[in-house]
Amino acid sequence: MLSIDPSKRSSLERRICDGDLVIVYERHDKVKAVRVQNGSDFQNRFGVFKHSDWIGKPFGTKVLSNKGGFVHLLAPTPELWTLVLSHRTQILYLADISFVISYLEVVPGCVVLESGTGSGSLTTSLARAVAPSGHVYTFDFHEQRASLAREDFERNGMSSLITVTVRDIQGEGFPDEFCGAADSVFLDLPQPWLALPSVRRMLKQDGVLCSFSPCIEQVQRSCEVLGADFTDIRTFEVLLRSYEVREERMIGTEGVQDSPVGSLPRKRRQCISRDVNNDSKEITTTTSTIIARPCRETRGHTGYLTFARLACS
Amino acid sequence: MAENECSGAGHQAPTLTAAPLSPIPRETWEGCSVLLDINDGDRLVFARLSPAATLKIGNKKCSLGPLMGCPFGALFRVENGPGGPYLARCSPSTSAASNNSMQESEKGNTTENNRDNRLLIDNNTAQNLSSNDIDTMRKEGATGDEIIEALIANSSTFGKKTVYSQEKYKRKKQKKYAPKVLLRRPSARSICETYFKKFPARTGFLRVDTLSLLLCMANVGAHSDVLVVDMIGGILTGAVAERLGGTGYVCSISFGATPYPSDIVRMFNFSNEVRSRIVQIPFSDLCKSHESLESSETLLNVKESSTLAESSSYKNSIAISAEPINQELDLMEDQPVSNEEMLTFPANSEPNPLSSNSCSTYTIDCKHENNASITHEPVTKGRRPPPEIVDWWKTNGFSSLIVAAPESDVGTIVQELLPLLSYSAPFAIYHQYLQPLATSMHRLQNSKMAINLQISEPWLREYQVLPSRTHPLMQMSCFGGYMLSGIKICNSDTCEK
Repeated sequence: MLSIDPSKRSSLERRICDGDLVIVYERHDKVKAVRVQNGSDFQNRFGVFKHSDWIGKPFGTKVLSNKGGFVHLLAPTPELWTLVLSHRTQILYLADISFVISYLEVVPGCVVLESGTGSGSLTTSLARAVAPSGHVYTFDFHEQRASLAREDFERNGMSSLITVTVRDIQGEGFPDEFCGAADSVFLDLPQPWLALPSVRRMLKQDGVLCSFSPCIEQVQRSCEVLGADFTDIRTFEVLLRSYEVREERMIGTEGVQDSPVGSLPRKRRQCISRDVNNDSKEITTTTSTIIARPCRETRGHTGYLTFARLACS
Repeated sequence: MAENECSGAGHQAPTLTAAPLSPIPRETWEGCSVLLDINDGDRLVFARLSPAATLKIGNKKCSLGPLMGCPFGALFRVENGPGGPYLARCSPSTSAASNNSMQESEKGNTTENNRDNRLLIDNNTAQNLSSNDIDTMRKEGATGDEIIEALIANSSTFGKKTVYSQEKYKRKKQKKYAPKVLLRRPSARSICETYFKKFPARTGFLRVDTLSLLLCMANVGAHSDVLVVDMIGGILTGAVAERLGGTGYVCSISFGATPYPSDIVRMFNFSNEVRSRIVQIPFSDLCKSHESLESSETLLNVKESSTLAESSSYKNSIAISAEPINQELDLMEDQPVSNEEMLTFPANSEPNPLSSNSCSTYTIDCKHENNASITHEPVTKGRRPPPEIVDWWKTNGFSSLIVAAPESDVGTIVQELLPLLSYSAPFAIYHQYLQPLATSMHRLQNSKMAINLQISEPWLREYQVLPSRTHPLMQMSCFGGYMLSGIKICNSDTCEK
């Protein structure tokens, strides 16, 4: 998934091969990850798609089903992976992930500690941020989930960048061998304050910690404990608002009387009624214009992000 | 505790792979670029460290020499010494210390709990010490803390205030009589935040969460070839280069002969390896056909009118780059603000709490006599990519595109640049205005050049988290720009070979 192997990076020349992971894009909210296998097929409401038709085509191609429907085949990226991965736990989405990576100041070569791994959504983006010479050590106390995550990373070609370990960070802290080795630490735990003394030992000086907590009480408790050894403590909420864009016909009337310039925009398919009274001097005009408005519903809350730097001694 | 013990059966403990040379420098060195945070963000200054560099605080000049060889994150205080004021390293007063003292007094005296401000009258008579008294104390060598203690002792109302109010009073006095200077490392995060807070027009009002989104949406990572249109001073180019970490390329394209100003890149302390990945090229060099050449000229004309507005706002940064790099790039005042910026934005978006003070004529003066000892990088005049790389890009396409052109015709730019991308390459367009993005999105939908098109507006809110005083901050940025994102697809007409 990541361009660690330069020969596999995105390119106009690159073709889909047997065994590749592709992202099947139906609509913006209907996206699926599929492993290409010669002889297999993919089915959806548009029909049956043969994998063999996909092999040899470039990524980004439109492919047809037996019924003439189509989907697009996209190259996987951490962003698309977040949309398609199987949720074993609640995951982090783009708004939080992007902010966390910037605010943790993760750059290639960094060593990042993470707990819990969950479904590996953030882990995948962290791996991209530290590649090719850094590493993500991620810990989860749930053995099965850790295994599934490890398998995902393996299949996506990221196991050289990510090490998954089963460990209860709240109870035991991070392993001693990481003392003073971590550039950044990310916590998504129910009681993160229990892990903070360990984090303090793991971070390099001026290293950054991020703790993600859905509830404000957790944030308050964490901040109290952080005060002892950390500085520059800041808590944020990040959200994304989307907009929908349409082309609308605005119906306007110009008349002798003072009439409003335009009525409310109507859908394109509606018939434009003509004024039957030919004696009136009203002229009906229509103009087409692009209009945008925010989507009416969005995620209202995911969690609070608390960042802190290890204070200089 | 044995190293290799961990819960769960049968799993190997992780072993730390041989730690590579840390990509993040943890200590300053002579010639490095630093961000100085004075009094908890009241004033932010970029500087380059050298034995002769100075920083003016109030009407005193302090040498920045003591800051060399110190860890990033170190805290300094202005102290009074025989040779004048100087910066002395001090340990950070962590918030726990003040919180603990407050909590203890809360538990102790119940009368302190019941305090409120009903009897406090604001008539300027509470303080018995005069400014002359304070000056005398200073001349006698009193430390900042001693002056503050004296002020508290001489205040008739201090004892009647609530515990929180007393803390607030103390902190206010500290800022004036014992100013703190925090040594911070310039990074995409800190540089973007600083500009957004103090001089946002120079970076096109790009907020840090918006920048983060652009970097992720465009899948910026090692070995990527990122095509960038950066008309916001170089912050975008620098941020991309930081995430590339020395592999791949960030190719900054210009529609015209001269590259856009990118002085902000110099603040990042990039290694040679990382810096070598930043290249600039005019659009005409990347064009594949004559048609594209014509359209680039059209783009040039379209841009002429907006270039004037741009060039006035970038005049300052260009002027700075012409001078030796050891000059401070102070962002607060003393820079002539272009007319455009004055018209659209309040001159001081953040109220400066010290502006009413007598000693607040903060003029930054970092000139020094001896330039010879300073190592400085040559002003990057747009390093050109090697021709074989340009050919490679023409054959294989760029892996993603980011556009930050707040005053340009974004729709046309996208139309022109999309053909230069690989198939299934993501792109992210930043703009201050919704309508141009909406039009562009609609055009892209109709031309079937891209899918997964989305216009997003990031929302960011910061919280104050203190015992019994947790709430969102009183001031909030309610606008961080819009972003149009999408993925280029293989149009069946052009795609099949």
